[in-house]
Amino acid sequence: MARAGRQQTEELTPRSARAESVREIAQGYARERGPLLEILHAVQAEHGCIAEEDVPEIADVLNLSVAEVHGTVSFYHDFRRTPAPDHQVQVCRAEACQAVGAAELWAATEERFAHREDVEVREVFCFGNCALGPSASIDGQLRGRVTIDDLATAESGWSR
Amino acid sequence: MTTVWVPADSSARAVGADAVAAALAEVEGVTVRRNGTRGMLWREPLVEVETDRGRVGYATVAPHDVPGLLEAGMLEGADHGSCIGVVDDEPWLTAQDRVSLARIGLAEPTDIHAYEAQGGWAGLRRALETDPADVVEEVVTSGLRGRGGAGFPTGVKWRTVLQAQAEQKFVACNLDEGDSGTFADRILAEADPFTLLEGMTIAAVTVGATEGYIYCRSEYPDAIARLRDAIAVAAEHGYLGDDVAGSGRSFRLQVRVGAGAYICGEETSMLESLEGRRGEVRAKPPIPALRGLWGSPTVVNNLLSFAAIPMILADGGEAYAARGVGRSRGTQIFQLAGNIARGGVYEAPLGITLRELVEDVGGGTRTGRPVRAVQVGGPLGAYLPADRLDVPMGYEELAEAGGMLGHGGLVVFDDTVDMARMARFAMEFCSVESCGKCTPCRIGSTRGVETIDRITSTPAGAEGRDQLFVLLEDLCATMTTGSLCAMGGLTPVPVRSALTHFPEDFGGSPR
Ligand SMILES: Cc1cc2nc3c(=O)[nH]c(=O)nc-3n(C[C@H](O)[C@H](O)[C@H](O)COP(=O)(O)O)c2cc1C
Ligand code: SF4
Ligand code: FES
Repeated sequence: MARAGRQQTEELTPRSARAESVREIAQGYARERGPLLEILHAVQAEHGCIAEEDVPEIADVLNLSVAEVHGTVSFYHDFRRTPAPDHQVQVCRAEACQAVGAAELWAATEERFAHREDVEVREVFCFGNCALGPSASIDGQLRGRVTIDDLATAESGWSR
Repeated sequence: MTTVWVPADSSARAVGADAVAAALAEVEGVTVRRNGTRGMLWREPLVEVETDRGRVGYATVAPHDVPGLLEAGMLEGADHGSCIGVVDDEPWLTAQDRVSLARIGLAEPTDIHAYEAQGGWAGLRRALETDPADVVEEVVTSGLRGRGGAGFPTGVKWRTVLQAQAEQKFVACNLDEGDSGTFADRILAEADPFTLLEGMTIAAVTVGATEGYIYCRSEYPDAIARLRDAIAVAAEHGYLGDDVAGSGRSFRLQVRVGAGAYICGEETSMLESLEGRRGEVRAKPPIPALRGLWGSPTVVNNLLSFAAIPMILADGGEAYAARGVGRSRGTQIFQLAGNIARGGVYEAPLGITLRELVEDVGGGTRTGRPVRAVQVGGPLGAYLPADRLDVPMGYEELAEAGGMLGHGGLVVFDDTVDMARMARFAMEFCSVESCGKCTPCRIGSTRGVETIDRITSTPAGAEGRDQLFVLLEDLCATMTTGSLCAMGGLTPVPVRSALTHFPEDFGGSPR
C-alpha cells in the first residue's frame, strides 16, 4: 500500500538529513519579522508534514521555546503531523455549499472513500467558490458544482 | 489573429476554464489571453472574442463545445447558442455602479500598462501631492466604513495611526475572508491586484508606514500567486520599494499565508498569526491602530476597504459619499451565493434592497423553488425569512431588521432547507473554529450542538422538551454576553433567528 511505503522511506531517511534540511529552511526565514508560519509552511511543503522532531529544530533557530512552536503548529488546521496519503479530497461544508447539497455530498464522499487508506477526506469551510457550489478540491484542484459522479470520475483516474 | 479571453479566476477554473483555454489555444489564428472574471460567475467559463463590435461573450463553454462554436462563426462573434452578445452591453453589468470593481476582468491581472491606461495610480499620485492630514480628511469625507464586517469609519482609523508617534508603523490587509458566501476579496485580488496594492500604498504613505503585509488565507492559492506576481511587477515599475512613484518614500509589501483558521480573520487574531503565534484573540484596548503588529501603530483594513481608496483619492471623497443610504455611504460589493440562479459579484450603492438583489439581480433560486431563507453577513449573520427581504442594505437598516451587512455576502436557501440543521451547524462551526480563549464560546458551542440534537430527537409534547429550549436560550445568552469576540458573541444570532422565524423546523418551539 502506498501509505505504508511512504512511511517506510521516511524511516529510512537518516534523521540528521531531515533535521539539517529543517534547520536550513528555518534559517532562510529567520531574519524576517514573525517568520514562524512561513517556516512551517515551507517545512510542510518540503517534507509533507511537521514531524515531532522538527519542532525543536525550528524552536532552536528562532530562539523560541518548544512549547511555543508546538502551540502554533497544533492551533492551525493546515499543519499535519504525518505525511498526507496519495490522494486528498476536501469537501466544503459551509452554508452556501449546504444550500446546494453539500451535506449530502460530504456524507457520500466519506462513505465512498472510507475503505481506501490512500485517500484522505477532509471537511473545509469555504473555498470562496460559493456561487458555484457545492465545492470540493481533489488532489489540490478546486472544482465547482461537484456531484458524486465527479468524484467517481476522479477516482477512476487514480491507479491503485 | 483573433484574441480570445478565457478567465483564469479560480471559480472559472473550478468549472473547467483551463481546459477551454487549452482547447482554444490549439486553434489556428487564435491568441488566448487570460483575464480575471467579469463577475458573472454563473456564466463561467465565459469566453470573450474580440471583434469590431467589442468583446462578444459565450457563456458556460466546455472544451467539447469549442469545435461547434468555431463552426458557427464564434471567431467573428456570431450569435449562436451560448452567445450573450457584447459583454459590455450586458444589462447585469451595466446596471451596476462599479467603483472598486471597475477594472475586473478587462485585462490580464498583472498587466501594469493596462492598469495605468484604465486610470490606475491616479489616486496614489494625488495622495503623494497632498498633505497626509488632507488625505485622511478625504477618506473621512467619503464616509467609507470598514467592509470587513464591523463597519468602523476607515478615515478615523487612519487618523489615529497618522497621529500616533512611533518609529515604525505598519499597514496590514485582511484577506482572510473566511465567511461562507463571500468571495469578493478573492475575485478582486485575482482579477485586479494593483487596485489593492495602490490602496495599501496610499494608506502607507499617508500614515507613514514603510512595511505592509497582506494576510491571505491558504484556501486561496491563486490569489496568493497573483498578488506575489503583482508585487514584483509593481516594484519593478517603481510603485513599491525605496522610492514609491518617485516620491522618495519607501514602502515594502509582502504576502503572508494563513494556515486554515477562521478566527484569524478577526483582526487581533490575524496580528497574532502574522507574528507567528496561535491565532488567539487579543483583548482590546489597546487597539491595533495604536499597538498592532509588534506593538507598533498599524492600519488594519479589509481588502475591499483598501480597494475603495484609489477611486476616493482620484475622484474625491464627495463623489463616493454621494452614493448610498443613511450613514452607509458609497458602494458595496454584494456576493450572491448558495442556491441562486445568477451567482456572482454585484457592486451597487448601499441601500439597494435584499429583494432586488435576490430576485432581480440573482434571479431567485437555482433550483427554481421558492426562497425560504437568506443568510446575510456570513456565518454569524441572521437567517432572514422570505417575507423580510424588503430591507435596504445598509449597516443601520439591516441591524434594525435583525441582520448585519458583514462582508456583503448573501446566501440563499430554497424551501427544502432544514433550519434546525442550519442552527446546529452554526454551533458546530463555532466549536470547530473557536480560538479557545473563552469558555462560553469553546464549551458553550459544543453544548449548543448537543442541545439542538436533543430538541430535534425529542418528540413534540414529550416531557422536558420545553426545558431544552430554555437551556438553549440560556447558552445563547451566556455566549452573547460572555465572549471576548464576535465568534462566540454572534453565533447565537443565526441560531436565534432560525428559532424565531422557523420554529416548525424544530418540531415547534414552546410559544
Ligand atoms: C470572528 C471574526 C472573523 C472576522 N473575519 C474577517 C475576515 O475574514 N476579513 C475581514 O476583513 N475582517 C474580518 N473580521 C473583522 C476584523 O476583525 C476587522 O474588523 C476588519 O479586518 C477591519 O477592517 P475594516 O475596517 O476595513 O473592515 C472578523 C471579525 C471577527 C470577530
Ligand atoms: S469568543 Fe471564541 S473565538 Fe472569540 S476570543 Fe473567545 S474563544 Fe476566541
Ligand atoms: S461555502 Fe463552499 S465554497 Fe464558500
